[in-house]
Parts: sequence; structure tokens; C-alpha cells
Amino acid sequence: MKVTFKRGVHLSYANKEPTKQLPIREFVSDSVQIIMNMHIGAPSEPCVKKGDYVKIGQKIGDAVGFLGIPVHASVSGEVTDVARIAYMMEEPVMAVTIRNDFKDEWTELNPLGSVESVDIDKIVPAIREAGICGMGGASFPTHVKLSLKPEQKCDTIIVNGAECETHLTADHRLMVENAPRIVDGLRAAMRALKVEKGVIAIEDNKPDAIEAMMRAANGRDGVSVAVLKTKYPQGGEKQLIEAITKKQVPTKKLPIDIGVIVLNVGTCAAIADAIIDGKPLISRVTTVTGCVRNPANLRLRIGTIVEDVIGACAGFSEDPGKVVFGGAMTGLCLPRLSIPMAKSTNGIVAYNEVESRSVEEGPCIRCGKCVSACPIGLNPYQIKVFADADKIEEAEKLRVMDCILCGCCSYECPSRRWLTASFKIVKQKLTLKAKAKGGNAK
Amino acid sequence: MSLRLSTAPHIRSHASTGRIMLNVIIALLPAACAGVYFYGVPALNVILVSCAAAVISEYVWQKLLKRPVRINDFSALLTGLILALTLPPSIPLWAAAIGSVFAIIIVKQLFGGIGDNFLNPAIAARAVLLASWPARMTTFTAATCFSGADAVASATPLAVTENYSYLQLLIGNIPGSIGETCKIAILIGFVYLVFTHTVSFRIPVFTMLSAFVFAFLFGQDPVYAVLSGGILFGAVFMATDYTTSPMAAPAQIAYAVGIGFLTMLIRSFGSYPEGVTYAVLFMNILTPLLDRYMPNKVYGHQKAKEAKKA
Repeated sequence: MKVTFKRGVHLSYANKEPTKQLPIREFVSDSVQIIMNMHIGAPSEPCVKKGDYVKIGQKIGDAVGFLGIPVHASVSGEVTDVARIAYMMEEPVMAVTIRNDFKDEWTELNPLGSVESVDIDKIVPAIREAGICGMGGASFPTHVKLSLKPEQKCDTIIVNGAECETHLTADHRLMVENAPRIVDGLRAAMRALKVEKGVIAIEDNKPDAIEAMMRAANGRDGVSVAVLKTKYPQGGEKQLIEAITKKQVPTKKLPIDIGVIVLNVGTCAAIADAIIDGKPLISRVTTVTGCVRNPANLRLRIGTIVEDVIGACAGFSEDPGKVVFGGAMTGLCLPRLSIPMAKSTNGIVAYNEVESRSVEEGPCIRCGKCVSACPIGLNPYQIKVFADADKIEEAEKLRVMDCILCGCCSYECPSRRWLTASFKIVKQKLTLKAKAKGGNAK
Repeated sequence: MSLRLSTAPHIRSHASTGRIMLNVIIALLPAACAGVYFYGVPALNVILVSCAAAVISEYVWQKLLKRPVRINDFSALLTGLILALTLPPSIPLWAAAIGSVFAIIIVKQLFGGIGDNFLNPAIAARAVLLASWPARMTTFTAATCFSGADAVASATPLAVTENYSYLQLLIGNIPGSIGETCKIAILIGFVYLVFTHTVSFRIPVFTMLSAFVFAFLFGQDPVYAVLSGGILFGAVFMATDYTTSPMAAPAQIAYAVGIGFLTMLIRSFGSYPEGVTYAVLFMNILTPLLDRYMPNKVYGHQKAKEAKKA
């Protein structure tokens, strides 16, 4: 039986077509620039200096604090720079630049063996040491997700293979080509937390992935595959949990508070690599598509510069208007092409000049399409009125903090109103205000 | 190379305000054609005058106030068309024009223009015409279907004891307002609206269900009740007006049930033969309340309340 969540929107997935049948191809560039804050939490501390020689998998950044994870060299070669670089929109971030010598020398690895026999107390520390964070986009450190407080109990681990965003096929191809690894990673997480139920959730527009995962899950303890209806944002954590468990995560709580943990398929594969081979997270699959000559699913070394990635796809097919990390509904615009991709970069999508044109807001006609689309059940049209008037407390009363910024309301609005954009700003303002008060935003 | 920056989402649906209004106009065409077929050139004149007056008054108003002219979103044209289809074919053309100007200037623009009016402009204008010229608004001509027969004035089937067959009611070759008699044409429009995702099935279907049930409870023949008068036209084209109907599903259902109930209440116990106009207007006024007190449940909130109770 196919399951889903309430409301949401039906998108066209035509832009997945160019890459969904393409096998994952490896691409290694001349140099990488690895930033130290790819995860949520304190940035890692660089532990190499200019001129050092590093091997693949060697630690180049030490974990800092509870949420910290280490960072590893993704190529072998000489460290040519350790300095702050301008990144997305934030303050400059610390980065280690390595010139690739193409010797592909690995540092000494410490494999732990089969996920079914490894000592369960070693699993979570190994995940931390491997520098794994959520690879679906949120980049939350995975070892923290898997470290339960005494009062917390997990009964289900859901593997997110929904990939409901437009354009992206990275998770899809990983499931088709690497299904056993994903199941291994899930089993490792299940064993570490003594969880008996693991569900791999996939949208029904990926029948080949469903088949591959079912075959891989066959005979594995407690692992099953659930088929989801294709609807956006099916892969949103809250929506996925609603679809699979019929339970909702209470506001301001985490999935673990209702006994659920959600892991992305890429994260699961990285866990398996860390346990079975002892390899840290040094590469990931990224879909590169849009107006590039050869769209592709590339296995990229972490820290590959976007310009090089575009080059690996034979360059732009037309002048790009904007280039975005991620899918069309939630992706972030790149300010320039000279920045590196990171552990959470699931896609690099180039839009041509016409597609990139800004849209002008018209008046709200109260059609209610935003209300019918909102997967959270908010009234976006109303919140927008307060957002425009900068009445953030009023917006807060209308539960803007529950907004997941999925973009459904903006997508549906016939007057092309910038709903999601203004909610993002209001949420940032409210978070800052709460921080200033020393509490948490409602 | 300079790259543009914007916040997600980077794609928008193809829907636009103009396209939506055009969809409703297309959905109204079968009913309009049926009206012109049954009642001849006078009906066509009413439609043309009403539409023209609506568009011109919106244009002039926006020009005078130096506001952006929005007649190309088709909303004024739509208002004129809906109003025309709720008028009797024998209405004087000046009355139709007054109705359109009232709808656009008083009901729509004075309250802030598109999206800000609290009443459905077309129905409010119809109500004003009904109150101002009750005789002219309730005198209907028999359908001549271009047969050359002289148009004979008579009353709406709701006001006379004479019964029409269900088939006649469905086809609509009976006296009535221009667009409301041919139920088949209205249903074609309804299917088009739902198929193009212009409106949800919810408001029309629940309005009709509610009308059926309350007609039965009030001792009428429920099938006759839902097939006669303007209830079907009202449910499909008047009650579904975006601006003046609720947004969340629970509120929409309450709104629709209210319209069905009030219509049958007025028909059964009121002094007017038809009650759709006032039923819709009344529920328009309740819409902000319904929106406020019957919203969608917010994810992750209802559970917290239940937990507190337990």
C-alpha cells in the first residue's frame, strides 16, 4: 500500500529525466577546497598546515564540541593553503586547500568488519570519527542523532529515499547501484540503538530503486521497504514520519521524541563505508543538471570546486542565470562558481537566463491555494500580511516557526507572491530575537 | 559571470490570476450559450452590456485613482459575466449596467480591489438590483429558442404551482435567469473547473448535498428543489468565489452547508421565491469568522493538546 502525508503539491519531475538513467560516474579534480563547517555545530579546527602532505582519509580538521565532527582529506597531495574563504552568504569560513597528486594514497584504515557482527558500542564512535553528517541537506551530525539520552527510546529508523525534490537523482542512483551498502548502514544504526524496525521509504516514481532496495533488504533482520506516493515534500522529515508512522512530531520536538530517527540513503551508505571499510566520508554522489552540456550523477570528492564540476559536465549549454545547490524547491543560490561543494551537496543545478528571471508579486486574491498546499497546515497568505508589515510577533502567533520552508505556497501562488522567502526572513528574525533573550523561539 | 541570487523556490506553477479568471469564464460559456439559445438576442445584449460596463468601470476607476490598471487579469470581465447570467433576460440594459458598475466600484474597488472585497461583487450587485427593482428582477420570459414565438412573461418555476418535469429542469428551456436554467451546461462548467484545479469540488458538492437534505427536511421534493432555481449556478459559480469563500477544508464544508441550508430556509419559509443570493451573501460575511475558527490543523500541535488532556 502506498502511503503519504496531508496536502503538499504535485510537481513535474520532467527535469529528473536527463539523469535518472545515468550511472554514477567518478570525477576527481586537480585540487579540492575543504571547508571546516560542513555540518551544523561548531566548525572543525584545521590540524594540518600549509606545505603538509596528506593522504586520502587523513584527518585535516579536528572535531570541536558536542556537535562537532572531524574533516578528512578527500584527495592525497600537498596542502597548499589553510585560510578563510568567502563561501555562500555567511561570514568567510575556514578551508583547507589540497593539490591532488593523483597517487590516490589512502591513510591507514581501521575496518570493523561486518555490520552484523561488529561490537555495537563501537558503531556510533566510528560514525563520529568518519565525519558523517546528514547528507540529505540538513547536515546534522549523525552520531548526535544516534546518541540517545537515557529517557529517549527509538523504535523505528526510517531511511529517506523519497528524493521528492525536482532535478535530483543522486539518491535514486545510489539506491539502484548501491542498495546493499544502504541496507548495511541501516543495520549498523539499528544494531547500535537496538532498534528492531527499519523502513526504507521510496517514492513510487522510482520503481527500479524500489526493486533494488527490496532485493537488498530481503533476509535482513527487521528491514522493510515502504512505497510512498510521489508528492512534494514527501522527503521532508516531518512529512515522511507522518506517512510511515501516521504519527506527527510535536512542535518544537525532535523525531526521537516519538521514537523515530530518519537517515538519508547517502548517510546510510556512508555509515556502512565507515564500519565495513573504516573509510571516512570523503566523497558523495551529486546530480549536476540543468543547462549543462552533459548532465550527470557524479561521485565527487568533498571540496570539489563547482567550476570544476561544471567542467566535468562539458560546461554550460547556455548562459546560466543562476546556479543552485539542491533542487528547485529548497535549493540555495551560489554567489559564484569558485566555491567548493560540501558533504550535503546533493545537486548542482544551473538555470538559464529565462528560468532565472525574477517574478513580480501581484495582489493576493485569497484563492486559498497556499492553504491547500501547506503540508504543515498554516495559512501562508495571512502570515505574509504580517511578514510584509514586519509584525514578527503576529506572524509567530500564526505559527510561522512551524514553517519548514518547503516552498509549496510560493510554488502554487497564482499571484507569484514571495511567501516562503518572507517566512524565511521572519523565522531568522524570530530566532535572533529569541537568542537575544536567551530562550528558544516559540 | 554574474549569477542571480534569489530565495527558493526557483520554480513556480503555471497558474496565474489571469489564467484562473479565464478558466472560470470558459466554464461559464456553456451556461451563457444555453441562455442565449433559450432567450435570444435580449439575453446576449444583457451579457454584453454587463461585461462591458464592468470592465470599463474598473478601467476608469483605476485610471482616475492612478492605480495600476488590472483589467487584463479578467476579474472584472468575470464579475460582469456572472452578474449577467443571474439576471432575467428581460431586464432593461440600463439596469444591468448599473449592476455592473455597482459591483466593480462599490463592492470591489472601494474595499481595496481584487482580493480585498468582503462580498462577492456580482451577487451583491444582484441583491441591490433585486431590492431596487423587484418586479423587473422577478419577471422571466419563456424560452423561445429562436422559434419566432413572442416572448411571454411568466414567473420562475419556484413561484408558480405549475410543475416542470425533471428533464425540463435539467435542459433548462423554462423561464428563469439567463445562465441558471440549463443545469447540464452548468455541470459541464463544474467539471471543467474541477478538472483544471481552478476550484475544489468541495463547496459546490457540499452546497448541493446540504440543499438536498434540507429541502427534504422542510418537506419539499428534494430532487425538484436542487434542480430548480439558481442553487446549482450559485453553488458552482457564486459560492466558489475565491475572495469571499473560506480557504481551509473544514471551513469550506461549513460554509457550503450553510449556503444550502439558508437557501432552502428562505425558499420554504421566506417571502422570496429564491434564496441563493442572500444565502451566499450571508455566508460571505461569515467567511472571516470561519477562516479564523475552523482552520486546518497545524502539524504537531493537536497531539500536544491531546496529551495535555490525558
